[in-house]
Amino acid sequence: MIHTSHLSKIYKNDAVETIALSDASFEIKKGEFVAIMGPSGSGKSTLMHIIGALDTPTSGTYALDGEEVGKLSEDELADIRNRKIGFVFQSYNLLPRTTALKNIMLPMVYAGLPKEERIKRASDLLEMVGLSDRRSHTSSQLSGGQQQRVAIARSLANNPSIILADEPTGNLATVQGEEIMAIFQNLNKKGHTIIMITHEPYIAQYAKRIIYLKDGKLVKDESNHRQKKVRF
Amino acid sequence: MDFSETLQSALEALTLNKLRTTLATLGVVIGIGAVIALVSLGQSGQKAVEAQIKSLGSNLLTVIPGALRPGDIRSAAGTSTTLKLADAKAILADKSISGIKNVSAEILRRSQVVAGRNNTNTQVLGVLSSYQEVRNLQMQSGRFITETDINSLAKVAVLGPQAASDLFGDVNPVGQTIRINKLSFRIVGVTVAKGASGFQNQDDIIFIPLTTAQKQLFGVDFIGTISIQLEKQELSDQVRNQVGFLLLARHRISDPQNADFTIFSQADVLGAAAQVTGIFTTLLSGIAAISLLVGGIGIMNIMFVTVTERTREIGLRKALGAKKKWIIIQFLTESALLTIVGGILGILLGTVLSFVVSKIINLPFTVSMISIILAVGVSGGIGIIFGWYPAQKAANLSPIEALRYE
Ligand SMILES: Nc1ncnc2c1ncn2[C@@H]1O[C@H](COP(=O)(O)OP(=O)(O)O)[C@@H](O)[C@H]1O
Ligand SMILES: [Mg+2]
Repeated sequence: MIHTSHLSKIYKNDAVETIALSDASFEIKKGEFVAIMGPSGSGKSTLMHIIGALDTPTSGTYALDGEEVGKLSEDELADIRNRKIGFVFQSYNLLPRTTALKNIMLPMVYAGLPKEERIKRASDLLEMVGLSDRRSHTSSQLSGGQQQRVAIARSLANNPSIILADEPTGNLATVQGEEIMAIFQNLNKKGHTIIMITHEPYIAQYAKRIIYLKDGKLVKDESNHRQKKVRF
Repeated sequence: MDFSETLQSALEALTLNKLRTTLATLGVVIGIGAVIALVSLGQSGQKAVEAQIKSLGSNLLTVIPGALRPGDIRSAAGTSTTLKLADAKAILADKSISGIKNVSAEILRRSQVVAGRNNTNTQVLGVLSSYQEVRNLQMQSGRFITETDINSLAKVAVLGPQAASDLFGDVNPVGQTIRINKLSFRIVGVTVAKGASGFQNQDDIIFIPLTTAQKQLFGVDFIGTISIQLEKQELSDQVRNQVGFLLLARHRISDPQNADFTIFSQADVLGAAAQVTGIFTTLLSGIAAISLLVGGIGIMNIMFVTVTERTREIGLRKALGAKKKWIIIQFLTESALLTIVGGILGILLGTVLSFVVSKIINLPFTVSMISIILAVGVSGGIGIIFGWYPAQKAANLSPIEALRYE
């Protein structure tokens, strides 16, 4: 469902050119659980933003479900971000001063869901990530792990087929990290495609496939035959 | 999202950041309130001056000694001694001038007036009996100065209501005695308040016979003003010319350029006053415009200060699937709401302010419609434009650029 060929991203700041991504070509099929690994600054987030239709490549093409994303209008891109993709940011990116429930409801607002349905679905998602008792807490009243779980619940708001998570466990303790992996494996079992960035090898072990990036280049792409399973 | 939901979410967003909302609203309120109050007060002042001039008596021509030509030094007018009682009598007696109802002559000085233990410095006006009709004066008690008083140089006085209460308090002054510059005068009447309001008190005055004033009190043979009451206001220009030529002949002046007197109508006074109050109103409007600008800059500032946070918010909303259109609608609704609330509060503030101030300085209360439209238009425009503009800019960034904005 994801098909990229020769993706490159070059940032130009003043006279300085940074090649963040260089000639990346790969394919990801429906139902995969992929971990993207690589040292800091290797272009993982850049790649993820392009896959998430949040940013455009400098060159190369990216097709999602057979549609070339570069040729879509702004509004069509907004629709894809809204319905097909759930994005979990490295820094959570919750709306400040806004309750957990309302944060989760936001993508549903833009999908045009009626209010009662939004509240019901958001409550269900909060329950799924184990935060039912925190529905009226604002972002600043939640711990890092709780904010991360709200962000995951929000990424699932419109039941997207693809979930993109940028270092979802980066700021969390090991136990919390495992809780998040449990959520992802569960979602993957239900048919969601999951792409997750991590720089921690033990987290990558929960994925079925691992792609390695270095200096913006795709250096290794292999199946993980010894996928670690979380017990539920 | 339908309209009510857009409105609701805008309200929510505004309550989320109370400080920003309060400050921006304050900018709108102060800008609008100041403009409405200042412009309204300016207009009230203008109206008060006009009312006062009209209350002097309508259809009036006034002759004063001295020239009042453009370019001349103004103080020359009114200080010379060229006008005599005989001039006033000649004007009334001249049968070739038609349209004159009555003529009065006056002389005005400030004097020290004593009544028992009370002492005041007030205006003493020497008048003819015709003054009452010419100036449309009503009596509260007693009578006005009569022809007999004039002819006999009687030492009688009529008090204006303010002078009466200053000198006698609640006691009826009629029959009492006052001393003006050590001369005793018997009080024969008190006039009714000439009403109006204002800058110069027309009720704080003492009337005495013109002849007494000239010969016994001030020791002069000239007069200060001649007041000519017309039958119709339309005759003003014609009578002014005829009186002018009569006085020129009496003063043996052949060239009207050298006239040693000035005639002006009520329209002239109104015109001059309108010019002065116009300047006054322009000045207030200038101050108002500055407050509008300051309020506007306040709104701009607060909108721009929060731009970073809001740009990130817009990036996030776009990342979660908001279309540009929705972002713009949301921000426009927010700033429109803020402007409407601020506008209503501002109109209230301006109205209350001009009401209170006009009561304090005793002016008629008016609210200027133009100032409301102008103030709401400008402040509202600024509020909406500067709420919308950063949003529009942020909405054009890619979600990632907007999320990274700092
Ligand atoms: N907006 C930007 N402007 C300039 N350089 C950038 C920008 N975003 C990322 N980069 C650079 O691109 C490279 C890849 O960044 P990123 O994709 O965030 O790496 P990773 O997520 O793997 O740590 C880095 O060298 C980074 O400094
Ligand atoms: Mg990164």
